[in-house]
Amino acid sequence: MIHTKGLTRTFRVKGETVEAVRGVDIDVERGELVAFLGPNGAGKSTSLRMLTTLLPPTSGTATVVGRDVVADPAGVRRRIGYIGQGNGAGHSQRVRDELICQGRSYGMDRTACHARADELLDSLDLRSLAKRTVSNLSGGQRRRLDIALGLMHHPELLFLDEPSTGMDPQNRANLWEHIQQVRENYGTTIFLTTHYLEEADTMAERVMVIDHGRVIADDTSARLKDDLAGDLITITVQDGEEAAQAAQTAERIASPHDVTVEGTAVRLRVTRGEAVLPEYLRALDAGGLKALTAEVRRPTLDDVFLALTGRSLRESGTAEQDGGKA
Amino acid sequence: MKLVTDTGIVFVREMRPVIRDPFSLIFSLGQPLVFLALFGPLLTGVPGMEQAAGGSVWQWFVPGILIMIGLFGTSMSGANLLWEMQTGAHERLLVTPLNRAALLVGRALKEIAPLVVQAAIIVVCVMPFGFRLYPLGALAGMLLLAVFGVGIGALSYALAIAAKNREWLFYGVQQTLLFPLLILSGMMLPLESGPGWLRALSNFNPLTYIVDAERALFAGDFSQPSVWQGALAAAVLAAVGLAVGIRSMRGSSG
Repeated sequence: MIHTKGLTRTFRVKGETVEAVRGVDIDVERGELVAFLGPNGAGKSTSLRMLTTLLPPTSGTATVVGRDVVADPAGVRRRIGYIGQGNGAGHSQRVRDELICQGRSYGMDRTACHARADELLDSLDLRSLAKRTVSNLSGGQRRRLDIALGLMHHPELLFLDEPSTGMDPQNRANLWEHIQQVRENYGTTIFLTTHYLEEADTMAERVMVIDHGRVIADDTSARLKDDLAGDLITITVQDGEEAAQAAQTAERIASPHDVTVEGTAVRLRVTRGEAVLPEYLRALDAGGLKALTAEVRRPTLDDVFLALTGRSLRESGTAEQDGGKA
Repeated sequence: MKLVTDTGIVFVREMRPVIRDPFSLIFSLGQPLVFLALFGPLLTGVPGMEQAAGGSVWQWFVPGILIMIGLFGTSMSGANLLWEMQTGAHERLLVTPLNRAALLVGRALKEIAPLVVQAAIIVVCVMPFGFRLYPLGALAGMLLLAVFGVGIGALSYALAIAAKNREWLFYGVQQTLLFPLLILSGMMLPLESGPGWLRALSNFNPLTYIVDAERALFAGDFSQPSVWQGALAAAVLAAVGLAVGIRSMRGSSG
């Protein structure tokens, strides 16, 4: 569905060349649900804008649904749907009119447009707003309309740029329900960008982590955690001296650089923590050390990002300006 | 074919809010009506006015006001696009397979509708005050106004795309160009009594020819050379406007 090779985009900002996206290779197959995860300014939106023909690449190639984005942008546009960061509906337009216009833009005939618009108005709970002017809608209602616009022509590949930004939890859940439905009913391939860890974690089957314009990890969320972060075992002992001994014991089980001591607490990064913990406790017992507390925590995608970049995604999330808008 | 269908789609989309809210057309007539009511009477006292007008001052002034609506109102239309660029509606349309030229042409063609309606209202308003209507000439005058409006509209949209998220740039350029074009076209006051350098400058202003043509047409006089000159100027303006506009639209990234 999506294949890119060395996709690159640079911008000139105040006489300086900014590399927003640096040689990104993406391969997404039909039916996948992929999240592009990274802090603001990582190059997510810029990549998406190249894939949706909004922005020509500086170098590299991209094929989307079998069409080259540079050679045949119209061919790409016919086959994809796009829900951008902003509101897609014109403010002075009426809800239903915009849906019809969207369908017509994709070459659907009038009858099909009306039928499809009704279907979406019902399923997105917009029926009572059909004749409303867009400027009178609430933020959540507008976002639902954006989704309806993106789904109007049954695209086989749907791009979403930060779809849930600014949504309350209820609307977010609602959005995801819809996306799941679309996948189940039509087998739509979905590619979205997000900087919400939880969203990428719970919803996407595959997460591509992007930072400073490069893809730095690409796998299922579970495997990223296992491979890059691992479970975190924390035990506490009586005092610092015991902690040092406990750490020595730990180094027989885990590799030394994954063991840290902080006061009376000893932490180990391991794979399959639930199996390692009992073994570790037995080893401590055998050595005459008594663990006071013990805990295993599954890693989050933030731990993955931390392991990859040395930064927390939560902290870097707001620090940088989004290069995609440059 | 796709160009025609797509232009139709964009045109209909642009027309809807205008039809739904026709009062906005009447409100935007405020400025030209003020000029008509307050500036028009001043003209009768201007020396040399009578012979420039060749009789009724209204007959001379009203066609200029029609071109003025075309210039003022239509050159602002890019602001709508600027707004849709900010909200994301323009970006959404750019990702659809709509023909790029249609995205511009459909918008530019829509400018005709408010223009013709407003011009008709103005003409009806001044008829009780001795404005004589020559139906055939007036019809040709409306056509000229429409072509002019398409050109100005297309240029305004091109300016909006070039300004992109910098509203100050759009309004700055638009406002800066407006008054020189207005004064140097002889729209408000006859240029015949002006100094030579000013008249020389006005020869380079396409609006001069369009205003002259509009006056001849509304006087029912098709024989004057200003008619074909003005028609040519309007056609060239529309062609250049559309060419520049389509080029900008192709390069637009939302």
